[in-house]
Amino acid sequence: MRRLAKIGDWFEQRLKIWPVVRETAEHRIPTKSASWFYVFGSAALTVFLLQIFTGIMLALIYVPSAGEAWNSLQYLNHGVTLGWFLRAVHGWGSNFMVAIVLIHMVQVALFGAYKFPRELTWIIGIFLLLMTLGMAFTGQVLRFDQDAYWGLGIGASICGRVPLIGAWVVHLLLGGPIIAGDTLSRFFAMHVFVIPGLLIAFVSVHLLMVLTLGINDWPMPGRIVRRSTYVEQYEAEVKKDGMPFVPDAVWKDMIFASFVIGAVLLCAAISGPYGPSGQPDPTIVQTVPKPDYFFQWLYALLALLPPQTETVAILVGPVVILAWLILLPFFAGEGEKSWKRRPIAVITIALTAVTLGTLTHYASYTPWSPIMDAWSGDPVPVQYLNGRSPLERQGAAIFQEKQCRNCHSIGGSGGLRGPNLDSVAVRKTHAQLVRQVVQGGGNMPAYGKNLNPAEVTALVSFLDTLHPPNQPRARDAAAQISDTTEHFANGTGKE
Amino acid sequence: MSERDVSRRQFFVKLGVVLNGLAAVVLATPVVGYLLAPIVRGEGGKYRKWIDLGELDEFPEGQTRLAKYKNPISNAWDGETDDIPCWVRRVEGETFQVFAINCAHLGCPVRWFPQSGLFMCPCHGGVYYRDGSRASGPPPRGLFQYPYKVENGRLMIEAGQLPTLSTSASLYKRSKGCEG
Repeated sequence: MRRLAKIGDWFEQRLKIWPVVRETAEHRIPTKSASWFYVFGSAALTVFLLQIFTGIMLALIYVPSAGEAWNSLQYLNHGVTLGWFLRAVHGWGSNFMVAIVLIHMVQVALFGAYKFPRELTWIIGIFLLLMTLGMAFTGQVLRFDQDAYWGLGIGASICGRVPLIGAWVVHLLLGGPIIAGDTLSRFFAMHVFVIPGLLIAFVSVHLLMVLTLGINDWPMPGRIVRRSTYVEQYEAEVKKDGMPFVPDAVWKDMIFASFVIGAVLLCAAISGPYGPSGQPDPTIVQTVPKPDYFFQWLYALLALLPPQTETVAILVGPVVILAWLILLPFFAGEGEKSWKRRPIAVITIALTAVTLGTLTHYASYTPWSPIMDAWSGDPVPVQYLNGRSPLERQGAAIFQEKQCRNCHSIGGSGGLRGPNLDSVAVRKTHAQLVRQVVQGGGNMPAYGKNLNPAEVTALVSFLDTLHPPNQPRARDAAAQISDTTEHFANGTGKE
Repeated sequence: MSERDVSRRQFFVKLGVVLNGLAAVVLATPVVGYLLAPIVRGEGGKYRKWIDLGELDEFPEGQTRLAKYKNPISNAWDGETDDIPCWVRRVEGETFQVFAINCAHLGCPVRWFPQSGLFMCPCHGGVYYRDGSRASGPPPRGLFQYPYKVENGRLMIEAGQLPTLSTSASLYKRSKGCEG
């Protein structure tokens, strides 16, 4: 023991670091800030360190070459001892990191921690969020499978919408004319060198500022932040009712961080690694590409935006949101900190969360996409064929063969792109159905050129049978009135 | 320490700054050139080349078929990514339409359904008619088309880059010229 202390002394005599370490660890914080609500920043840092560690482990095996990446991932999954587990931890770690960074951001916003004098800490935090999302996207690309390939296609297509210099941006993103070897290499460099380097630098400054400015005090309704008095008040509070960070507060951070790491390891052990899905071979067109969960809200949004607003929304939207987030501490840098007195902040956060949640939920079953194999895979329910005429059954066959089913569901299966047709005859008359099939409209293609008149007749006579037994078919009221008037005109009189 | 010394030191500090600035510029020029190479390399249509899609007989009249080609701009380590698919529609005789696989909306691979005569996209629900024109969904235009020509009984297309709204506008116009 004495020997160890001597060795320690030898180093300390040269490093002279102990006073700084001690001062940092024991810096005083407001007693109320030693809260379970204040553990998310350190948890994000912990997961980041886990990602660095597992990332280095994966880099020992992974081959950043378009021709070999997919094979090396298979080798990691099946050929290297516990390679699957490290891939799983890295993948789940990324999920947790995005989630914790977002929770941390919401907590900071709700507790008014971005207000004076911590504006710059918030702004650096915004960039840390962007880098985290950048790591998530580039990481998804490194899992060089079909989803990665077509995800890059979506990224390039978004860049292609930039006016004037769109083509340059696309070629810069891809490192050439098309998704290929140079594309993967540059995403590897971004994921492994550029963004992590920036992250380490920005996290360091972020952390340093938490130390120098002090952790946010617990927001109390009625305690107003003013630039002229805040620093004095904070220092007085820490003096009067403060305690050293180590050991009085740090234990909560440590317990939560170990809990998070445990959760990542558990998820990884149970669910295993993400993919890779099919080979990155673009000639395999039987594929349904989908992004990882943190971008599924965007995937849904891109399907649901009105087409004419899309380019503007894609290109201007992120800039506006980013500018608003960065400017937030400048137009709301003073005043109430407590979320109890900031209804607009609470509503904004709640609406954002509900919107992102709803979009992500939509992305889980993509109601906007045709189901490509519904026409050949989903049978017509038997009760829709029992007792039907040959013409109507012929119509049912045409309904399947012409892939109507890919967008329309009947009997609970089929696409959700168009309306469900189980009771279409209640909604539309025979003539309206003919018009809809032949001319399309309301986001339905016109089938006039792909169906001959006989097929239209058969198809519509099948559709005419689709109504619940207790509900009558739609009738053409106008035609009936004209029938009646004819009766009157002919002098046949009332019935 | 005389004033002369101070000004002498200040001069050397300034000299140091200027020299380092100069070195930075000398270093930055090739670095910027290197980084912009993907743009510069393709200027003047160098990312497009005529390639052979195969014999005319491989494409029956009135049908739309999936064709594959090696991307003309490629490297040995591209792996499977330089196998590029496209949809070839032989309208009649030597009149063709060669569609890019990429949806005009956001680049996902569209699939051809001969029964209903539609191309459908699995990502966001874009649908196109057999002639490539937009039928429904979010795409802002019809499918991208490659310029084509028939030489010695073989179908040639001019391809090479990922078609997007800004990298393919010229392709579309030229292919229209071919048909006219």
